[in-house]
Amino acid sequence: MTADLGYGMTLIALGLAVYGGVAAGIGARTGRLALIESAQHAALGVFVLVTSCFALLTYAFLTFDFSVRYVATNTNLGTPFYYRITGVWGALEGSIILWSWMLALYTIIMIVRHRVGARELYPWALATMLGILAFFLLVMTVAAPPFQRQVPVPADGRGLNPLLEDTGMITHPVALYLGFTGFTVPFAFAMAALITGRIGDTWLVLTRRWTIVAWYFLSLGLLIGGWWSYHVLGWGGYWAWDPVENAAFMPWLTGTAFLHSVMIQERRRMLRLWNVSLVIVTFGLTLFGTFLTRSGVIASVHAFTQGSIGVLFLSFLALVLLTALGLVAWRWETIRSEGELDSVVSRESAFLLNNVLLVAAAFTVFFGTVFPLLSEAVRGVKVSVGAPFFNQVNIPLFLSLVFLMGVGPLIAWRRASLDNLKRNFLWPVALGIVAAAAAFALGVRSLLAALTLATTVFVAVTIAVDFTRATRARLRVGESLLPAMGGLLLRHNRRYGGFVVHLGILIIALGVMGSHAWSVQTETTLHRGETAELAGYRFRFDGLTAVEESNHFKVVGAFTVSNGRVLGVLRPAKKFYPQEQAPIAYVDYRLGLREDLYLVLGDFARDGSQATIKVQVNRLVSWIWIGGLVLTLGALLAILPERHKSA
Amino acid sequence: MSRAAIVLTAVLAALALVGPAAPAIDAQTARPGTEEVVHDIASQLRCVVCQNLSVADSPSEMAGQMRAIIRERLAAGESPADVQHYFVDRYGEWILLSPPRRGFNLLVWLLPLAAVVVGLAATAALVWRWTHRRRGVRTAPAAVDPAMSERIRRELERGS
Amino acid sequence: MKRLWRWLIPLAAVPVLVLLAYGFVLSPRDIPSPLVGRPAPGFALATLEGGPLELATHRGKVVVVNFWASWCYPACYEEAPVLERNWRGYRNRGVVVVGVDIQDKREAALKFVGDFGLTFPVVQDLKGTVSVDYGVYGVPETFFLDRQGKIRLKHVGAVTDDVFRTTVDRLLAEPASQ
Repeated sequence: MTADLGYGMTLIALGLAVYGGVAAGIGARTGRLALIESAQHAALGVFVLVTSCFALLTYAFLTFDFSVRYVATNTNLGTPFYYRITGVWGALEGSIILWSWMLALYTIIMIVRHRVGARELYPWALATMLGILAFFLLVMTVAAPPFQRQVPVPADGRGLNPLLEDTGMITHPVALYLGFTGFTVPFAFAMAALITGRIGDTWLVLTRRWTIVAWYFLSLGLLIGGWWSYHVLGWGGYWAWDPVENAAFMPWLTGTAFLHSVMIQERRRMLRLWNVSLVIVTFGLTLFGTFLTRSGVIASVHAFTQGSIGVLFLSFLALVLLTALGLVAWRWETIRSEGELDSVVSRESAFLLNNVLLVAAAFTVFFGTVFPLLSEAVRGVKVSVGAPFFNQVNIPLFLSLVFLMGVGPLIAWRRASLDNLKRNFLWPVALGIVAAAAAFALGVRSLLAALTLATTVFVAVTIAVDFTRATRARLRVGESLLPAMGGLLLRHNRRYGGFVVHLGILIIALGVMGSHAWSVQTETTLHRGETAELAGYRFRFDGLTAVEESNHFKVVGAFTVSNGRVLGVLRPAKKFYPQEQAPIAYVDYRLGLREDLYLVLGDFARDGSQATIKVQVNRLVSWIWIGGLVLTLGALLAILPERHKSA
Repeated sequence: MSRAAIVLTAVLAALALVGPAAPAIDAQTARPGTEEVVHDIASQLRCVVCQNLSVADSPSEMAGQMRAIIRERLAAGESPADVQHYFVDRYGEWILLSPPRRGFNLLVWLLPLAAVVVGLAATAALVWRWTHRRRGVRTAPAAVDPAMSERIRRELERGS
Repeated sequence: MKRLWRWLIPLAAVPVLVLLAYGFVLSPRDIPSPLVGRPAPGFALATLEGGPLELATHRGKVVVVNFWASWCYPACYEEAPVLERNWRGYRNRGVVVVGVDIQDKREAALKFVGDFGLTFPVVQDLKGTVSVDYGVYGVPETFFLDRQGKIRLKHVGAVTDDVFRTTVDRLLAEPASQ
């Protein structure tokens, strides 16, 4: 019954979405408001139906309704309550429902916000969004139906993938998808702008806040993914340049470029063609991401499944890219704006450089990800392109971008005079050099570390310079300190929100540098009572215990950690799930501001007399998560409604 | 605040950023022990049962066995290059996490570099054109359409 | 810019899409082995019963080396009866089947052998050196060696009657020494 009801609702939603898209399109073309309103109602209907599907599926999960195949495959009687909720989006079909639901939600919000203010663009944007929604509902109906019946109804289900039994499950996919789907709205307005020929600034201004929100959620999703990888997957790292990680990173890179280049268009009316193309590429990359995850074309940690769904996604990606880029070509004459620059040394140039580097980085990641395919197609030889390649090629790019973060906000628009340069950059450059020298004096010999330190100090000081100078100006006018600082942040929230975000990126950069350049690890086999040593820490193997849990069996190793004095006991484990072929490593760690202790249990003797462990001392990794928090604050500040329109 | 105080604060702030990282330095100055070499070799090899993880990072049993094999071979006197060659010999190029820089594979290394160079060059060309165009526009007087100036003249006559 | 150059923009997407479509034809897990056509790496391991087994002693026969594990479900479970059946059929014709159990516990291996009634020699590669020597990246994998001890075929995935018989018949038909 549940399965049939759910399937029925999906079908009706698909029908409504198709109708709505067509109606909005015709209404946009002919100007008939009644059709557009009808499309709005259809959108509302879709939202209600998809929400109901979602609720129905969750209900099926919570009540162990194994008559629904998706429930039977992803849960069993032992699955804890909490994971029965998050498990709803734990596999392919559920992830499509989540995506569709978010699209529907964004469509409703877009309708509410823009149906009055954006007369010409709105109908076409609505048509585009409903069209995309229709596609995902089509996938839900045809390729990945969540409401298929399981006959005969089994007594117990298979169970959730144990790697998904984690709090990260509630936030990582949700944040990531909010980011991905968020870029649909700027894309929809860009399409509207292209179709109507109104390729001025209206569509940009309208979608500015959407872009920041989508960008923020994507950043959040990536960071949480890194955290999840770090504390669940048991390999002591947070980013593996896995194809699906790359697929989420690429739209982030182009999205960041887009965020910055819109500022040039707003100020100087340039780069219209570039901006439209960039948003199309960003949206295309989000589709590419879903394609990679679900098609099995490139092997990855995230791969859900293979089959017809890959073909569907690729076809849709082709349709979107060819249509959108075709529109760009069609409107070529109208979009092209001749740019005007006063000087090479200006903020415009800094932003252009920012865009070149970000897009080049995105291209690098893209090419590296598909190169194995290319190699096989051309040579017939399989090669791997992994972390060593991506790190080597991207790190110089990223370091340059961090440096630009310091230059961009302070250098003058149009033309930076020598005086302007001196005023703004003397201190930052000087202190950057001091930092590098101090690092060298303290024993740092890694070039990467020294450069990163110098660059981050440079950027931090530029932010400090700007903030103190602006505060000083307000103090001179008579304000007292705290109101001055607060007023500054709130009145110019976009600028200072951006600064705080940059600060967050700096902290993340330091964390990445520390973990790369200064982490150590070792692997050893210990008998009971023996100790392993690393970086001043001692790890004594105390023994193994076996524990029976509701849906798995685990062997836990106890290791006393000390560095002069006893710090505690770490308990890495191996979990054995009946439905999984290999045991899942469960790491234990001790986080710190400066370093994390990280233990992975390897092979062990049945009687508990000996065990192999991998020990890692990871440096500065916590800074990455702290940087993420700072980034969040910055993004929130930037999204606030503006009190004052000023530079 | 006096100038000196500002400078001092700034320098201290800069050091404060560097400071927390400092004690980690021992990691670099220590001579590489065997485990470090094993880790280096293992981090270049792809764990065959995982997706995209290196043999150094992977917690899987097979990766542990592979690391043990690396250790044994190093202990038997093989050089790191020999050990890596052994794995390539058995598994093919695929087992290297970074494609060897030969032949067709050079493409994956060079094309990104080319992208950066082309991007920078294109930007430079655009910037040059935009800055010089501006000056061009300013110096040339605007040409006025003679029909238009005739109309303006007639309008003015009518108005006055 | 001439009118037609602008259409390069959408057209630029086409090669990328074609490349991605090509990916459907491939299987990312199917990696060709560089060992095919080369002498098989030798090994000497203990069978589950405790006796020694050395690959070199079987030179002159067609050898089928099958890598498996008791946790490899369902493929190893599908091919076990196939291997046993064909072992019994071919053992008197100069063919030997050797099972190499990897990453397994002894009791689990014994249970597997018992459940399927396997009578061909089975050894345990406890340290993983043999599986790495053979470039094994998953289970099950089966190597077909000719009478000179060269690897002639590597089959990834469960072995079928068809694959077994066709390959072994072909190798048996070849002259004993070349």
